[in-house]
Amino acid sequence: MISLAGRDILYSWGKFVFTGMGLGLLIGITLSMAGIYRGMVEDAKALLDNSGADLWVVQKDTLGPYAEPSSLYDDIWREIRSMPEVEQAANITYLTMQIGKQDGDVRAMVTGLTPGEPGTPGWPPYLIAGRQITRSHYEAVADIASGFKLGDRIQIRRSRYTIVGLTRRMVSSNGDPMVFIPLKDAQEAQFLKDNDAIWKQRRRTAQNPAFNRPVVPDLLDAIIASQSVNPYVNAVLVRVETGHSPEEVAESIRRWKRLTVYTRGQMEEILVGKLIATSARQIFMFLVILAIVSSAIVAFIIYTLTLGKIREIAVLKLIGTKNRTIVGLIMQQSIALGLIGFVVGKISATLLMAPLFPKYVLLQPLDSIIGFIAVVMICALSSIIAIRAALRVDPAEAIGG
Amino acid sequence: MAAKGILIQGLKKRYGSGDTAVDALKAVDMHVAPGEVVGLIGPSGSGKSTLLKCLGAVIEPTAGKIILDNDIIYDDGWKVKDLRALRRDRIGFVFQAPYLIPFLDVTDNVALLPMLAGMSNLEARKRAIELFEALDVKHRAKAMPSQLSGGEQQRVAIARGLVNQPPVILADEPTAPLDSERALTVIRILNDMAKRFETAIIVVTHDEKIIPTFKRIYHIRDGATYEEKGQGRGFE
Repeated sequence: MISLAGRDILYSWGKFVFTGMGLGLLIGITLSMAGIYRGMVEDAKALLDNSGADLWVVQKDTLGPYAEPSSLYDDIWREIRSMPEVEQAANITYLTMQIGKQDGDVRAMVTGLTPGEPGTPGWPPYLIAGRQITRSHYEAVADIASGFKLGDRIQIRRSRYTIVGLTRRMVSSNGDPMVFIPLKDAQEAQFLKDNDAIWKQRRRTAQNPAFNRPVVPDLLDAIIASQSVNPYVNAVLVRVETGHSPEEVAESIRRWKRLTVYTRGQMEEILVGKLIATSARQIFMFLVILAIVSSAIVAFIIYTLTLGKIREIAVLKLIGTKNRTIVGLIMQQSIALGLIGFVVGKISATLLMAPLFPKYVLLQPLDSIIGFIAVVMICALSSIIAIRAALRVDPAEAIGG
Repeated sequence: MAAKGILIQGLKKRYGSGDTAVDALKAVDMHVAPGEVVGLIGPSGSGKSTLLKCLGAVIEPTAGKIILDNDIIYDDGWKVKDLRALRRDRIGFVFQAPYLIPFLDVTDNVALLPMLAGMSNLEARKRAIELFEALDVKHRAKAMPSQLSGGEQQRVAIARGLVNQPPVILADEPTAPLDSERALTVIRILNDMAKRFETAIIVVTHDEKIIPTFKRIYHIRDGATYEEKGQGRGFE
């Protein structure tokens, strides 16, 4: 038996291909949306993986440092480092800001690194060009996605930094590229006020008789000096000695230091379950809307194509064609339209949307398989209206009168 | 009672019921022998199409008897379970317009019926080509319907009606869209095919130019038929 659907598609291939391409762009957007969600999760995991930490010690009762502001004194790391089963502890600061460059600015997450050596928690685990930071000030390592190049001079607050190294896949949970600078510089960048504000603060302090006491002449200077430094960091990253349980160390820090500590799993839950949950819900809603729109388009197209064949269907029924052959004709065409759309969608998502989209788009094979099954099912379901119309066609319509 | 060809006795068809009931067919009696082409003539609303639909097993008559090649297919109720198969295997249709499937080539338009009946594609196409030879359209076997002239399309439609070698062909105004010459050619072909394949052919027509070609004519008026001897000109 010949394939009626196949013959019809070959006969009017232009109509099918162009309709399939239109549908394909919708499917491409749908696949890209799924890829954007996967990319956000992957970015969040990359942020945690690349930090090289087993535990995140943050301000008590906060979800810091990524989901909520968190402030800790920058000497707490010593107490944590001295605890049993702790291999390394390092301060870290995070500040998302615009970084200036000669030809514009880039949004990036500026990360303050504890002085140390590669492998210290928080340090970029590998470089694709240049070297790690070796000086205490004014050097930076940037993610390649920032667009910075080796030797570029960038502006963070009032200081200029030289890019000495480039890394890859070091991004914030929002997908902003990370720029690593020395911790002291980062603390200053977080805290530093403009000159007028500093001057006003000094004057207010000097006007306060409690601080400006003639009998204690050095008190005012000491207070002003303390106001001009930032003794805070956002978190302490902790690496646990091999063979020991991060949960037990975390429990010990919570108990003895009265700080909030998150393990890798808990931090991932915060990032994926809370920080990007709203975005995930928005993307899910877009996916649902796109699926509905795609279904409506397929249903409308197949219904219109079927209405255009009413006379042929009546003739087919009159000459004894079984209903299942007619159902097959319509459903196969609908699925064929979906297949054309899926191929176009997959190609457009892979070659067009993923490389050009400003966020990381991770197109996973599993999502493509799920998408493929969904497209086939949607197309099969969308053909039901047309099938009902075809089955209602009276074979008598082929006979006049 | 047995009869070759098609025999119709006291066929009635009523639409609706009660006060609004309409008797479209009141008493139709007809017999068309194998190899015979008869005309069925009547004004609009006389019941021609209803009769054709009843004979084509598209609608169910109300009463009467239809015997097809010695088999009773209707006797106050259908005696055949699978009407679709009946239409496919034992009744041929030729329509006013050819109604060829536009996305199938000429050969597959005709071969589709035997394929639907379970014949292999190769065998079905071979049978179609044999008919094309008889109908003088073999040279267009690979063409698409849109590439054929009106007369060629109608010949292909006749081939489709004949391809399953049914005992009866119902032709619904098959010459309506054709000029005189082509209309007479179609009737000549139907006569030839009727004789060649021992098929009974009922031609419903209004077409004045082909009416003189029938040897027998059934007139239908107000749902009843009466027979008239035709002139039978041109095909002796």
